[in-house]
Amino acid sequence: MTQRLFWLRLAAIFIAPGLAVPLAALAIAAPADPLKSPMWENHAAWLFGKQTVVFDPAVQVLMPDVTENQRIFPVTVDARALSGVQRIVVLMDLNPLPVAIDYRPEGALGYVSLRIKLDQRTPVRAAVLTADGVWHVAGRWIDAAGGGCSAPPVSRVKGDWAQHLGELRGRLWREAEDQRLRVLVRHPMDTGMVDNIAAYNLETMTVRSADGVMLGTMTINGSVSEDPAFTVLLPKETKGAVAVHLADTNGRTFDGKVSAP
Amino acid sequence: MILSRRGALGLLAAAPLALPAATWPTGADAETFAGRYAIVPQPIGDGIWLVRGADEAIAFENGGAIANAVILACPEGGAVLFDCGPSFNYARALAGEAERLTHGRVRRVFISHLHPDHALGLAAFDPAIVSALPATRADLLRDANGFSDAMYRILADWMRGTSVAQPGVIVEPGRLTVGGRALTAMAMAGHSGGDLVLVDEASGTVLAGDLVFHDRAPATPHADLALWHKSLDTLAALPRRQLVPGHGPLDTDGSAIAQTRDWLDWLDTALHAAVAQGMDMTEAGQMPIPEKFASVKMARYELQRSVAHFYARIEDATLPRIDG
Repeated sequence: MTQRLFWLRLAAIFIAPGLAVPLAALAIAAPADPLKSPMWENHAAWLFGKQTVVFDPAVQVLMPDVTENQRIFPVTVDARALSGVQRIVVLMDLNPLPVAIDYRPEGALGYVSLRIKLDQRTPVRAAVLTADGVWHVAGRWIDAAGGGCSAPPVSRVKGDWAQHLGELRGRLWREAEDQRLRVLVRHPMDTGMVDNIAAYNLETMTVRSADGVMLGTMTINGSVSEDPAFTVLLPKETKGAVAVHLADTNGRTFDGKVSAP
Repeated sequence: MILSRRGALGLLAAAPLALPAATWPTGADAETFAGRYAIVPQPIGDGIWLVRGADEAIAFENGGAIANAVILACPEGGAVLFDCGPSFNYARALAGEAERLTHGRVRRVFISHLHPDHALGLAAFDPAIVSALPATRADLLRDANGFSDAMYRILADWMRGTSVAQPGVIVEPGRLTVGGRALTAMAMAGHSGGDLVLVDEASGTVLAGDLVFHDRAPATPHADLALWHKSLDTLAALPRRQLVPGHGPLDTDGSAIAQTRDWLDWLDTALHAAVAQGMDMTEAGQMPIPEKFASVKMARYELQRSVAHFYARIEDATLPRIDG
């Protein structure tokens, strides 16, 4: 950071002003990227603005060692080591749709699982905002063949996506420290990058307790896999059934009720 | 196309036989060239040699040479090959060794199943001498282009000259002879849609293809576990002196069939249990692997691949509907 500013100042002094201005415009609050991603500065500028960013191993990003399927790549973000988690953003730097989800675990724990599409080798990261206004970032490079975002979903090829649209499955489990909620939704999650198939994806999910208390809200993008599957962890003391509400970009809504464990 | 790409990725498995690429220093921007395939035929009977693949994942370091291949000598001269590796250059090197050993031409190449570590080298031969099951021909027509893309991405220069070709001859199950060598062809399935098994009468050897893995975890990208079980039962009942698995060392005591069955049973049970506990795919891929599989190479890697192959289907079949 300091070094970066030093070089920027040096550039400002020695380079013609016309060149120095665009360089200075790149000055952001984010520290240099340990993954050396070519898109880090760009994404950091619009995602984090002038907020403080730290690369923090307290955020665990659990992913397989092998990308068996670039269209369904599982990611688990465990930020329970941090207190006051406000948002969890899953970012794939080199994806055409770089953000998969923006999750606000309002009453829930700082933990989420999902499946994403990878359009090429890219860093996959989680950025976790805590109540003190600091973004905690972790992740690693994931190798993947191309086409995760630009090949049609299986249900489009089979042609049965509409018969199953919005079918919901799920269950709650009682665990030592929490209640685990798993939700599966049938949806083609079209990215808009396939010929003659317009973008069409789930865009929000909310989870409420039986008495209407908001437990979590999630913004969802087309880089989440076809037929999304999410795990969130709810407070241990959550009582009764849990209501899941989803909405997609065509204004359709899908509601589910998961019985108490 | 999508499906084939996915399948191709899945296949990427193994490699001891490839020599490492250039040993001179390579700068960050230097191009890395492929090495040469070192084909080392091990005699395993009268006129039969096993060419071992590396018990690894398909990687540039091993040139994709991860599957076993077999060379058989024909009494009337020439050779039969069972599988021909991932690339044109591998197949050429394999054929060269076969011709050196048998003082004749390659008369026939049998392709055990569609997967590229066994089949993509077939372009090195005249299609009129390349045989496969009808199901394998159909599988290759569907998936070979996708496999080729995936293999070029990973193996780069090793794949030079490798084009997509189809077997020209259909194998009919039953007894056949090539150059005087008597073989029995059996059409099975389970590892893939078409798994060819050959029994070599002279040496009492069963060439099992990828229906059997030995001390190397089974790969499941096109697996049907129920059919695979049936095929293992059939294989176990075959009279034989020895069995060549698709991956891993020669089996002389039948343990490889049992081990493959044991792994598949554990995998199926463990994945269902993981779904029932609410695990995500990431967590299922991290589950402990039983101690009895300590000798099985690539166990974690293949478990994670199998999670990708089966998990969503098991969840769909077992988690309850919540939309009323």
